[in-house]
Amino acid sequence: MKMHRFEEIWLIFGVAVLVISMAITGYQAFAQGMAPPSHKETIDPAQVENTAPFDNPGVYQTGENEYEVVMTLQAFSFEPSEITVPKGAEVTFIMTSKDVIHGVNAPHTNLNTMVVPGQVQRITQTFHDSDEFLLICNEYCGTGHQTMSATITVEE
Amino acid sequence: MANTIQTHMKNNTLPLVHFFLAFIMLLIGGTLGLLQGLNRGGVFELPASFNYYEVLTLHGILLILAFTTLFTNGYLYAAIRHTLGELSKTVKILAWSSLASFLIGSLLVVWMVLAGEATVMYTFYPPMQASPWFYIGLVFVVLCIWLAGLGVFISAFQWKRRNKGQHLPILAFFAVGIYTLVIFGSLGVTVEVLMLIPWAFGWTETINVMLSRTLFWSFGHTLVNVWYLVAISVWYTILPKIIGGRIFSDTLARLVVILIVILNVPGGFHHQIVDPAFSEGLKFMHVFMSLSIAFPSLMTAFAMFAVLERTGRKRGGRGLLGWLWVLPWGDVRFLTIMIAMISFIIGGAGGIAQTNNQLNQVVHNSLWVVGHFHITVGVTVVMTFFGLVYWLIPHLSGRVMTPFIHHLGMFQTATWTVGMALMALSMHAVGLFGAPRRTSYTTYGDSATALGWEPYLSFLATGGTLLFFGVILIVYIVFHLMFFAPKGDTPFMDSRVEDNAHPTPKWTENWGLWVIVAILIISMGYVVPLVDLIENAPPGSPPHRTW
Ligand SMILES: [Cu+2]
Repeated sequence: MKMHRFEEIWLIFGVAVLVISMAITGYQAFAQGMAPPSHKETIDPAQVENTAPFDNPGVYQTGENEYEVVMTLQAFSFEPSEITVPKGAEVTFIMTSKDVIHGVNAPHTNLNTMVVPGQVQRITQTFHDSDEFLLICNEYCGTGHQTMSATITVEE
Repeated sequence: MANTIQTHMKNNTLPLVHFFLAFIMLLIGGTLGLLQGLNRGGVFELPASFNYYEVLTLHGILLILAFTTLFTNGYLYAAIRHTLGELSKTVKILAWSSLASFLIGSLLVVWMVLAGEATVMYTFYPPMQASPWFYIGLVFVVLCIWLAGLGVFISAFQWKRRNKGQHLPILAFFAVGIYTLVIFGSLGVTVEVLMLIPWAFGWTETINVMLSRTLFWSFGHTLVNVWYLVAISVWYTILPKIIGGRIFSDTLARLVVILIVILNVPGGFHHQIVDPAFSEGLKFMHVFMSLSIAFPSLMTAFAMFAVLERTGRKRGGRGLLGWLWVLPWGDVRFLTIMIAMISFIIGGAGGIAQTNNQLNQVVHNSLWVVGHFHITVGVTVVMTFFGLVYWLIPHLSGRVMTPFIHHLGMFQTATWTVGMALMALSMHAVGLFGAPRRTSYTTYGDSATALGWEPYLSFLATGGTLLFFGVILIVYIVFHLMFFAPKGDTPFMDSRVEDNAHPTPKWTENWGLWVIVAILIISMGYVVPLVDLIENAPPGSPPHRTW
């Protein structure tokens, strides 16, 4: 197939943009550890309350400046729904759903992921500012969906 | 004269009925959209009998499923009749059965939603469980597309047999590509729905949630690209005629169709970038597979600029950009399509950005995505559809457009463009600040974050109101052109290739090969994750009804 000279230049430029963007994405994901949350651990969705660690949701300190938030999601609430962590701590959320699919997002942060029944999801976030963050469900989960929220208080 | 109109209407009943129903759907769906926009903007509260999520489910189903399917089928059947000749009896039967299947399906779906038995959104993610009749309705909708596709394939086959050794006319080639893509795209969701039906009847107790979700998205994004392929069929084959030019390269157009068909299906996986149950490596491969769809779009961008420039220079445009000003900006048939193409530059760039891991994680499930969707589908695709109306409907009904309708059309175009720009841009912005999509009005107990979204949401409501006026205008225009405009002949606007064009190579016609390549690429994207989701499945989920 014969191509126009300018078309070749344009396509080479276009492909270069795509390749560079892939290279940056790959570097971020595999070298800098910024890959999207991709946890592959399953759980019986009907037995969440009887399965560790979800039999005891809450905030736990796991190291110096490291915290874990064990959290269950159900229509239309988060448990726990009031979370307090110190400023600068690395917080890992370990979450699962007791019923339908939910989404978790803390606006103004990169904490944004899906929580699916039968799957355990983990996502880590460091809060650098002392502030009160809103944590909301951003996947339609039923008629009370708009009431599903929690707060994360980051203390000095 | 009255007789000619009757003959026209009779010969073209099939596309005309499709367009008539399509714009009724647009009217109802658009009205629901207005209610939603006003509610979301905090302007008014929906009456108790109108559940926000029911309204949203119907808005989505009527516009992204019903309007687009009916319009596409109407347009493509008019196109193949024009390019390939009178439809054979078999094809006519298939086309009418397709419409019947659509009506049965959408009636079931809409009825279940209105009855409050299916407030599951148009993504119907299990384990939310709708009435089994909702899923059965979806089966009929898919069947509608398959029947319509079969009719087009048979028409193309019959034409090839009559015209041995010739290339299928370009518009018919697009039609074949479009239905091939939609059939590939619908395979996953068909399997999903066939698993949901026995579960919804209670014959099976549990459902594999991640498997269903993944099968759904193999369809979800392909559907968007089906509409996009329909839109570019207009840009490649109809736009040149409208501006007085020729098709730039027949081969390029066919190659773009082939690439879109074979590359598309795994693209839907980027909707699952922040899902559990997949490895980081797999997600990385899928980002790449999604981005590859940008390649044929880049070729399209080039081809469009080439057509515009060549035609502009032929019309006397000089200098670096002189060709741009001499294009027929005052012709509504051109202006609509031009705005559609410009919006695709913005929509496409936003799409490439949000496909990447990092930005996706910022905007996932936020109103940004809704803004992106309204730019790409609501402007790029729908505005292209609107651009066809001004000549295709009078062509079919044996009438001509009056200057008054042309003025009204320009006004409609302006209303729609400003409305969409206001709405989509404020959605993009507020999405970056975290406002969720598919959520009714809430301030989350007057949290400071949510209150910061308010100004953007009121822009959204303003844009939505303008769009509602745009819907009223276009529906009036369509019905006027269908039933009341003066009698006369309006030609079908398809273009010829440049005289000095290179002959189109034979390999473009080899659909058997393209189907095999498409299957290989789909397998590359889906075999590993699907096997993994089945083999390492958690205990299934029982049904939940959360509305
Ligand atoms: Cu939720």
